[in-house]
Amino acid sequence: MKQFDYENAKTIGEAVNLLNNSSKNVRPIAGGTDLIPRMRNGLLEPDILVDIKNIPELNILSINGDLLEIGAAVPLYRIYEEERITKSYPALIDAIKNIGGIAIQGRATVGGNLCNAAPSGDSIPALIVHEAMCIIAGPTGQRILPVEDFCTAPGKTALGRGELLTTIQIKHPPHNTGSCYNRFIPRNEMDIAVTGVAASLMLSMDRTQIENAKVAIGAVAPTPLLVKAAGEVLVGNAPTEEAWGKAAIAAQSAARPITDVRGSINQRKHLVGVLTKRALRKAYLRAIGEMEI
Amino acid sequence: MTTEFKVIGTKPIRPDVIDKVMGRAIFAPDIMISGLLHGKILRSPYAHARILSIDTSAAEALPGVYAVITSKDLPQTPADNAELKYSRDNFLAGEKVLYEGHPIAAVAADSIHTAEDAIKLIRINYEILTPIMDMREAMKENSPKLHENIRLKSLGQDNGRPGNISLHVQHILGDPEKGFAEADEIVDREFTTTMVHQGYLEAQSSTVLWNPDGNLTVWTTTQGAFSVQSEISRILDISLSKIRVIPTEVGGAFGSKLRIYIEPVVVLLSKFANRPVKITMTQSEVLKATGPTPGTIMRVKMGAKRNGKITSATAELYFEAGAFPGSTAGGSPRLIFTEYDIPNGQVDAFEVLVNKTHVGAYRAPGDVQVTYSMEQVVDELAQKVNMDPIDFRLINVAHEGSISISGTIHKKIGAQQVLEAVKNHPHYKSPLKEANMGRGVAFGYWPNNGRDSSCIINVNSDGSVTLVTGSVDLSGTRLTIAMQAAEVLGISVDQVKSSVGDTSSIGYTGSSGGSRTTFATGLAAIQAAKDVINQMSIRAASLLNVPVSEITFERGFFTTSTSSSAKLSFSELAGKLNQTGGPITGKGNVSPSSWGAGFACHIADVEVDPETGKVSILRYTAIQDVGKAVHPTLVEGQMQGAVVQGIGWALWEGLFYDTQGRMLNSNRLDYKIATFVDIPHIETELIEVPSPFHPFGVRGVAEPAFVPPTATIANAVADALGKRIYSLPMTPEKILRTMDVID
Amino acid sequence: MSKKKVSAKINGQPVEFLCEPRQSLLECLRDVIGITGTKESCNDGNCGACSVLLNGRLVNSCLVFGVEVEGREITTIEGLADWQGLHPIQQIFLDRNVVQCGYCIPGIIIATKALLDREANPSEERIRSWLSGNLCRCTGYDKIVGAVKEAAVILAKEKGV
Repeated sequence: MKQFDYENAKTIGEAVNLLNNSSKNVRPIAGGTDLIPRMRNGLLEPDILVDIKNIPELNILSINGDLLEIGAAVPLYRIYEEERITKSYPALIDAIKNIGGIAIQGRATVGGNLCNAAPSGDSIPALIVHEAMCIIAGPTGQRILPVEDFCTAPGKTALGRGELLTTIQIKHPPHNTGSCYNRFIPRNEMDIAVTGVAASLMLSMDRTQIENAKVAIGAVAPTPLLVKAAGEVLVGNAPTEEAWGKAAIAAQSAARPITDVRGSINQRKHLVGVLTKRALRKAYLRAIGEMEI
Repeated sequence: MTTEFKVIGTKPIRPDVIDKVMGRAIFAPDIMISGLLHGKILRSPYAHARILSIDTSAAEALPGVYAVITSKDLPQTPADNAELKYSRDNFLAGEKVLYEGHPIAAVAADSIHTAEDAIKLIRINYEILTPIMDMREAMKENSPKLHENIRLKSLGQDNGRPGNISLHVQHILGDPEKGFAEADEIVDREFTTTMVHQGYLEAQSSTVLWNPDGNLTVWTTTQGAFSVQSEISRILDISLSKIRVIPTEVGGAFGSKLRIYIEPVVVLLSKFANRPVKITMTQSEVLKATGPTPGTIMRVKMGAKRNGKITSATAELYFEAGAFPGSTAGGSPRLIFTEYDIPNGQVDAFEVLVNKTHVGAYRAPGDVQVTYSMEQVVDELAQKVNMDPIDFRLINVAHEGSISISGTIHKKIGAQQVLEAVKNHPHYKSPLKEANMGRGVAFGYWPNNGRDSSCIINVNSDGSVTLVTGSVDLSGTRLTIAMQAAEVLGISVDQVKSSVGDTSSIGYTGSSGGSRTTFATGLAAIQAAKDVINQMSIRAASLLNVPVSEITFERGFFTTSTSSSAKLSFSELAGKLNQTGGPITGKGNVSPSSWGAGFACHIADVEVDPETGKVSILRYTAIQDVGKAVHPTLVEGQMQGAVVQGIGWALWEGLFYDTQGRMLNSNRLDYKIATFVDIPHIETELIEVPSPFHPFGVRGVAEPAFVPPTATIANAVADALGKRIYSLPMTPEKILRTMDVID
Repeated sequence: MSKKKVSAKINGQPVEFLCEPRQSLLECLRDVIGITGTKESCNDGNCGACSVLLNGRLVNSCLVFGVEVEGREITTIEGLADWQGLHPIQQIFLDRNVVQCGYCIPGIIIATKALLDREANPSEERIRSWLSGNLCRCTGYDKIVGAVKEAAVILAKEKGV
């Protein structure tokens, strides 16, 4: 690993100042579970690491009214150990319980998963169907970005120089809403998603119609994708196998997978369909209160 | 055997485990010596290239660097000694690099980070050559050759042309064609498997202290300290007397630590730095550049009569050698079909060079592959003649006196008993009805092994003893050997302090491999214990004033046939050694020429997700003839561990390369071994058919358990799918393709 | 690059050490402080051999930089036994002969402690899932799962649960 300087930022302002460096490669570190292996492999060679874990605002995990705020440095276990979150944000919980093992979850953060911008990042499709917003601090102030616009390419994000993801905000889902993230891996734990799909459904009061729907897919394109067409074919329809099938076809046509050691194009295309249907079935059961997380 | 054992068959606590649960056990990476430097090896990024030049000057100039070495620092190899040249080239490449990860240079520095910085400063010019990654390509007449001096060999005949086939072995029994003509049904299939890694957690790691007087000490993780000593001697032209090898605790080996990869390099670094040096490989280095088990192409044909009798069997087996000659291709043809009594057969095995790391041994080397192919053909044949797969195997099973195609004559074996136990097992009798579920069985044989072992036993004044062997303890043999000595000495096993010696404290002992250690080194311990008893009998005779011929030793007492009251306990007499002639050391040096083979048969139930192709193991039972289980818990542990390794091989494991020879999964995320959640409870049943070649009936157990699992899972998956997959691993993608779910 | 001074508590004792920012907590424990019970294997968070507790939470010490533990508390395998003897988890792993080569065992014992510190009576499914980040190549996991179940019962009794 190349040598680097370590800076321990105490405030957002201090972190932004350190990151806003035109001559040096500066990167923030939160959980470090993706960053450190990439540095060890020589894929990233920062000159300076800015530790953002000790910034109080980045450790906030709160529900105020109908707004969930997750600080960018909050480790995953804090999120799934919070009962109010597990009840309301099942897709997110599905996803973060899939990230690594317990030891990884003791350290890794949703903010880091997002900033790592892996096509297979488990939390990202879940955040997309939860309609999460990214709060970004920068040299010129704060901006807000919908999560589906955050990742721009494998390993690349919309963050500019000096910018820091500080918080992820998610509005409380309306009544009769259910969501789910599921993925395919060859083993039962510890693998990276070959394909992942998140879905959320909002049903009418009488639960006979889909009023809102979102489907997001992972590991089948350069970034996790919101498949608008999949949501659109569902809205206004009854929650049936037929509807799930149509959404699955829409999701499959949005997928642009590659072949690598973890899976082939055809396998991934096929899995997008299978997992879209499975995610929608579970999301539906959760929407009608027949399935726990 | 009607002997009633006092110690054999009990379940005492292993003496080494207290340190292991406390984090105090010293594994090779834990060696810390004052002044220790850290070494790092520069490895080739190319699978096949000529080295045009190496410039190490910038690395040498980096502060904190103490030594930089290349192949120039190895002794000159005589031009006619190709074997030595191959060995030396695998430690530090000479003219060519032959696989990704091939070592080229090495650095010793004051920290691992400085050493890593330094190897990045070494400049190498390469002429990149076409890599040969596939055996079929390698065997083509016009394909590039890895070594110009290797001539196509056919049955040992040199036909004069350079080629990538480095060995061809053949065995014939009876008249195979006539046998097939007699058959009512014939199954002829081709199978392929990929290279698979042993996957141990402790990477190769060695620390060397070279002294200016030319003596050197090596602490290393190995299956055999004496083989490390002789390899260092051979590679570096150093007298054995100058080399002391101290084996550390070993964090998993499974055959991989029979051969060495770094020790001579660390010796040279220590010599040039004049400081102790340690190298610990990374997991990526381990996966790219140690010795996995070969990938194979196997054509297996078997014929049987409608009554179930197999009439003929043939096999054509191709084994990847990797970059250098030497593989299981020589021995594997002796393993296929040996479970059965077959009158006619032929086996041809070939070893093929490809631009991958040089293969090594992995638990029952070569046997897993050939059994994987054979046992699927056996299953298909059983179906064709409409027989229960166990009944079919029982009709053909080998017995004492059966002669295999390669000429193995079976001694007393428990093959039939194992199959009968499977038939009677509740698992085999249980129904399995649901869709997408399947059940498979497979049968396997491993010959086990003998070889050289040494043991000494010293008697303490309180009647306890110390026992030293040269056998590295991979998972409990300190205890299982001590138990055999205790049984002979009539003392409890906690009165035996058992330890592993180093090359200067104990006589030559072959490596711990081939499932030989509890058997062969156990024999050495029995011999040493008997030697102790003989020597103590002489002391007892003098104390009791009788001729030694009248002394007998029974149940812990030396007694005389003339007087029932005159007797001495083992511990009483041990306290009187000083007055009767001084200390007593018993010694055992053995080289058994016969040993008992092991047979195992496994049952697996699987479920396949038809939408994703994922296989779940629902239930698994392993049944094995273990001879006499010295320590039943440890035997079960060997069986369970072997099964889970086999499940990994069946479903996920393999070393995968791109066309340029770069490994695609040289990390623990993508080299997938089973985790806690991927396997069910593994049921075991121990069948005890004592080996006639050991006084307690001991047979090797660790490898026979590893022979059936891949075939068992393959047969179960075939049963679930109604279609067969003819290659390993059986990935979800392959299953979806086989079922025509995807293209 | 100048080394940084780090103050932390390791196995209950205050410790100060110097390290380069690029040295992992695992390296600091083994090479700087000199306690080698925590093992290195994959060095990328996929095997669990280097498991330690950081402020009571299970982490892979290969995925933490030494400089990040300033002011934190770390428990390693060396911190489990006390003057009265082995920790009950260690004792049951010893008594039941579950260990084979032993290389993964410090990590698995630490991970087990992290589980049983939180949950008195985990199911087999929960035990397997919790430990899935800890690889073992020798045992087939079977006897380890049994020992963890037994340890849970013993610890629950000790706590009077």
